[in-house]
Amino acid sequence: MKKVDLVVIGGGPAGMAAAVKAKEKGVQDVLILERENNLGGILNQCIHNGFGLHYFGEELTGPEYAARFIDKVHRMNIPYLLETMVLNIDSDKTVTAVNSAEGVFTIKAKSIILAMGCRERTRGALNIPGTRPSGIYTAGTAQKYVNICGYMPGKSVVILGSGDIGLIMARRLALEGAQVKMVCELLPYSSGLTRNIVQCLDDYSIPLRLNHTVIAVHGKERLEGVTVAEVDQDRKPIPETAEFVPCDTLLLSVGLIPENELSRDAGIELDPVTSGPVVDNRMETLVEGIFACGNVAHVHDLVDNVSNESELAGESAAEYILGTNVPDREEAITVKAGNGIRYTVPRIIRKQSLSRNSVKIFFRVADVNRNVKLAARCGNNILLERKKVKVTPGEMETLELKAEDLQEIKAGEELVIEVKTNGEGQ
Amino acid sequence: MPGKKKLVCINCPVGCLIEVTLNGDTISSINGYKCKRGIEYARAECTNPVRIVTSTVKVKNGCLPVVPVKTEKPIPKRLIWDCMKEINRCCVKAPVKIGDVIVENLLDTGINIVATGNVPEAREKNGS
Repeated sequence: MKKVDLVVIGGGPAGMAAAVKAKEKGVQDVLILERENNLGGILNQCIHNGFGLHYFGEELTGPEYAARFIDKVHRMNIPYLLETMVLNIDSDKTVTAVNSAEGVFTIKAKSIILAMGCRERTRGALNIPGTRPSGIYTAGTAQKYVNICGYMPGKSVVILGSGDIGLIMARRLALEGAQVKMVCELLPYSSGLTRNIVQCLDDYSIPLRLNHTVIAVHGKERLEGVTVAEVDQDRKPIPETAEFVPCDTLLLSVGLIPENELSRDAGIELDPVTSGPVVDNRMETLVEGIFACGNVAHVHDLVDNVSNESELAGESAAEYILGTNVPDREEAITVKAGNGIRYTVPRIIRKQSLSRNSVKIFFRVADVNRNVKLAARCGNNILLERKKVKVTPGEMETLELKAEDLQEIKAGEELVIEVKTNGEGQ
Repeated sequence: MPGKKKLVCINCPVGCLIEVTLNGDTISSINGYKCKRGIEYARAECTNPVRIVTSTVKVKNGCLPVVPVKTEKPIPKRLIWDCMKEINRCCVKAPVKIGDVIVENLLDTGINIVATGNVPEAREKNGS
């Protein structure tokens, strides 16, 4: 059996940043396994601009952002296998993979970094009733057809879901000559960036219908139209508002799910809210020596954050492999999603890893709210509080806690992250 | 001629609704912003709105049929559709590298359209 110090599963932005950092920190023997026939992951099909403002301090397109990291992987001579699919990982860090050159093979790793990214929710996840014609795609699939394969998925389009990929595809299809009839959003607000609503919809006079959903699909061979209806406060369609909208294409932009079949099979505990592995402040999962980063851990808004988080995972894996920092797992603080918070990453802070660094807690709020305070507290002791004019579930929030403040929390105690709404203390 | 224009500020998630009162081409008042960036955004959107345009261009003899491209700098918003016409007329030969100029001096703006991806030449089929 082949032996490798660090196996990185996935050659997208997360895997590349983690691999590069691990090698920089002294791990000589790193191997990236990638399912597609090139590195870069989903960035290769995200040809729009807006990437890299935080990480590189300049605005790049997706392929340009990916290329910067691909260059680093090449410059550092980090080996990678393309068109190689990982089939299984064990908790003892044996990786089973397959490709057409070697067939099925196994690798014994000292440490593994999970960087498999996420995939899109499909029609099946929504249970939209109706026939099963062609012309129904997830937004990301349509994006690949247009931007990589050079095909148009259709001529007249309805988009369900106003996440950023849906908004970006509305503009992209409009630019390529399709008639984009509307974007429907079940919720009373869009989860996409304001910038995308203005520059992808308003610029092209594409209507955004909030509190609306698709309740039926029509057509036999090819999609002929959809029935759109308004929903009430309980998100139930109001039958009187049903309206037939002719179209030959329906794009779904209705959420992303971290791709964790491998993690689950390895017995790695997943967080039911993020669907990603439970991780500590070093991005280590509950299985020692297996780390997770990027969209496989939780879905990010910005690739810049993925790169930073993945570098942390890469550095932590290096410390684990080289034995320079392996914190006692008993000495841990639990991070709890308190009032108004959907989830936090990390969920655990290892006290012995706090010597030098501050800890960034990433989290999402549960509801749209104005004039709130975001707070981190332990018991009645408030460690940090930050005012926000507006918070929305679509925007990831952070609180950066000082190591010295965290040191004062005893192992076994809880650090609570919460939203305080106007004036009331919680 | 006085007129009003409503904008949503894109600088941050607050998304202020800004109302601009115009007298012909000149701005007579800007209301509804909560910070300085809002004024600047409203002024730019009413006098000279610009956008970076990204799309794809056909590639001959490449290992992929299209290469992604962008305008090197933001171009006037009113030129977006003419820019798309130029892009759709283009066809380049592989290999294409990031940064290669695809269209020089687009529509006399002084701005180039450049490749944002790499497309190597197609490999021989069935390389036996």
